[in-house]
Amino acid sequence: MIRSTIEISSTSEDHHVARCAAAAIGLSLVDAAIPTPIPGIKPGFANIVILIVLERYGFRTAAWVSLLRVFAASLLFGSFLSPGFFLALCGALSSLFSLFLSGILPKRFFGQVSRSVIAAFAHISGQMALAYFWLIPHAGLFSLAPFFALAALVFGIVNGLAASYFSESEKVEGLHQVPIQ
Amino acid sequence: MIRSIKPGDWLVILASVFFVGFLFGRIWHADKAQKVLIRKGGEVFEEVSLDRNRKVAVPGPLGVSLVVISNGKARVEKDPGPHQYCVRQGWLENAGDAAICLPNQVSVELLGGRKRYDSLNY
Repeated sequence: MIRSTIEISSTSEDHHVARCAAAAIGLSLVDAAIPTPIPGIKPGFANIVILIVLERYGFRTAAWVSLLRVFAASLLFGSFLSPGFFLALCGALSSLFSLFLSGILPKRFFGQVSRSVIAAFAHISGQMALAYFWLIPHAGLFSLAPFFALAALVFGIVNGLAASYFSESEKVEGLHQVPIQ
Repeated sequence: MIRSIKPGDWLVILASVFFVGFLFGRIWHADKAQKVLIRKGGEVFEEVSLDRNRKVAVPGPLGVSLVVISNGKARVEKDPGPHQYCVRQGWLENAGDAAICLPNQVSVELLGGRKRYDSLNY
């Protein structure tokens, strides 16, 4: 075999981020396969991975995994650079920002469910803001806000419970195998 | 499973439930209209209170559109336009509701205490 002239050296942290992102992308696929009554309402299971990564390895790694997921999943679904992609990106950036801010909440009293719900609301707020200012500049869009908010609440709780379940148990193979330097 | 919900989490969930309830309440509790704004060719023709029952005749390029105000509601009763969209719109009740007779350049819009959104400017 001819050796490639381009050598990309990757650290074990890179591998670790890639492995987590792969898990998140897989869950995005599950998301996309579930039919929903209103376009835009999705369970967002990939965020379970983000929450676990945030808890174990900190914000920087979580941001990497989250953004990699958005880009890679959009390439998989063929939606790269489409409006849906920018909505997903805006949602991911908003929820990352809210997760960054929620770092100030004391860990003793606020668990994964809090972070998940907060991130879900930030996600939908960011998406609605982008949709309003860029795609549909009509106030009628906000008539959908209660339904989006309800979905954010329900799926925020569900994902938060899942994340705390997997954070506590040692069942998640691969997510905690590689220590990060 | 429930054990993993910490006290602060309950607080966040409770606050979110109130927020969602507030959003739903805002949609279903539509603003009661107080005034009706009748426009002709983009200019304000008349702005009248919905308290008094009356009829307003608005002359346009095709003829006269007749706006009826009755019991806090308003509608376009007659219009010379070919499609009669604004007549079929029926009674307008809530602030922000509007009927537009485009061929005759007449529009009727209900205004509330505060303007919820401007349906005519988009």
